[in-house]
Amino acid sequence: MNEENIRVLVAKPGLDGHDRGAKVVARALRDAGMEVIYTGLRQTPEMIAEAALQEDVDAVGLSILSGAHNALVPQVINLLRNNGQDDVVVFLGGIIPESDHQAMFDAGIFKIYGPGTDTNVVASDIEEAVKAKRASK
Amino acid sequence: MNLANALREGSRIALSRVLTQVENDTVQGQSALDQLFPYTGNAHKIGITGPPGSGKSTMVNALAKQLRKLENNPRVAIIAVDPTSPFSGGAILGDRVRMLDLQSDPGIFIRSMASRGSLGGLSSSTQALSQVFDAAGFDFVLIETVGAGQSEVEIVNLAHTTIVVDIPGLGDDIQSIKAGILEIADILVVNKADRLGADQSARYLKSMIAMGYRPLASSAGKHRLADALSKEELPDDMNEENLWLPPVLKTIASEYVGIEELVEAVLKHQAFLKNTGRWQLKEAWTLREIVRKRLSGNLMADFYKSLPEDKLDEIMDEVISRKTSPNAAVKNLLTYNQNKNKSESTE
Repeated sequence: MNEENIRVLVAKPGLDGHDRGAKVVARALRDAGMEVIYTGLRQTPEMIAEAALQEDVDAVGLSILSGAHNALVPQVINLLRNNGQDDVVVFLGGIIPESDHQAMFDAGIFKIYGPGTDTNVVASDIEEAVKAKRASK
Repeated sequence: MNLANALREGSRIALSRVLTQVENDTVQGQSALDQLFPYTGNAHKIGITGPPGSGKSTMVNALAKQLRKLENNPRVAIIAVDPTSPFSGGAILGDRVRMLDLQSDPGIFIRSMASRGSLGGLSSSTQALSQVFDAAGFDFVLIETVGAGQSEVEIVNLAHTTIVVDIPGLGDDIQSIKAGILEIADILVVNKADRLGADQSARYLKSMIAMGYRPLASSAGKHRLADALSKEELPDDMNEENLWLPPVLKTIASEYVGIEELVEAVLKHQAFLKNTGRWQLKEAWTLREIVRKRLSGNLMADFYKSLPEDKLDEIMDEVISRKTSPNAAVKNLLTYNQNKNKSESTE
């Protein structure tokens, strides 16, 4: 495993209906040569984990603007692990208060990208992280 | 445990991992396919094609849901192909957005794939992925092509039943008699039938079929199939039982209108293929195509491998400066490799 395409699931868990950020990131990852599976709005953690399983993705991006990240993020990560996908890189975007960042990292989040992040940084971070995971296999 | 065994025992993560290996055509993927091949040949493969925005994904969503309601709750796999960017090599695979109804059903497995540079509406490994689902015991494999124009007809080499999804207002009766995508349909659907012009579109399509229909067109490969297999194997008598006239259906997939009739047509076509021996012909054709493609792929790879790196550039310089024609350049390259192989084998 080295030169193979990186597959990323971009999902929006929870009830807010603002998916512009998720689409911008999806587009940026596409332009960086990745295959991005976009699932649409209002996904439950179960739906996201099932999609990640069926698509055998290398990374999952969660976009949350509703404030429900403390509940949703650990659920998604636990479901991924229960399915045997503990090597998936999970990153987070949206409105996440500074004070919650450490809890998110503790739950297993790789990086958090707030509004105004350079999308090139997102793409290169993910590429690097996925390649490192593949190399360690 | 090896992945192919785990897949046969029902592990979903193993299935997913095998799909990735097969899609990337890795050594593990190839050996998994070899191991799974004896268990293939049972699934009914259904192609769904049509122009972008005609509602293919929504149709797949509705169709899969309806198929699940049949007796014995058949398991349904979905392969949804979206285009790869020719510039970045990346892709947005967005077909799942229309299939949210299916995400919590354990009898359904959806896999998105990028076309990765293939033309024809599929990816070069779509066929192989459908074999993996077949071996995993899925009863139906729905294959959604990329949004197709007029010539993305690769799906006929793979599907037992091809459904072409059209929408009202796309063209007149001249469009409907052109060769290509409409010609490959076993079932024609006018989706978004609540829009203006749906009846007229259905009429155009019906009159196209009435105008003349090659009886062979309902077997995969069309006329090429007749060439490839001895003519005696094909039924001589063109009576009703041996003739499949593609039905023209009207649907509103987003509201599940007309979907029961669509499933009926699919099952009718399945029975027709099996009763007339065309199911086997189709399988034979598909397998022949697999071997042919694999062979030409391997030959190409071998050819480039045995060609010294700068040889191609050297000849291309001559072509670019118009000293050698492309035709002569190819002959030159072929002869070069042949001579090289000869001298190697005599050493």
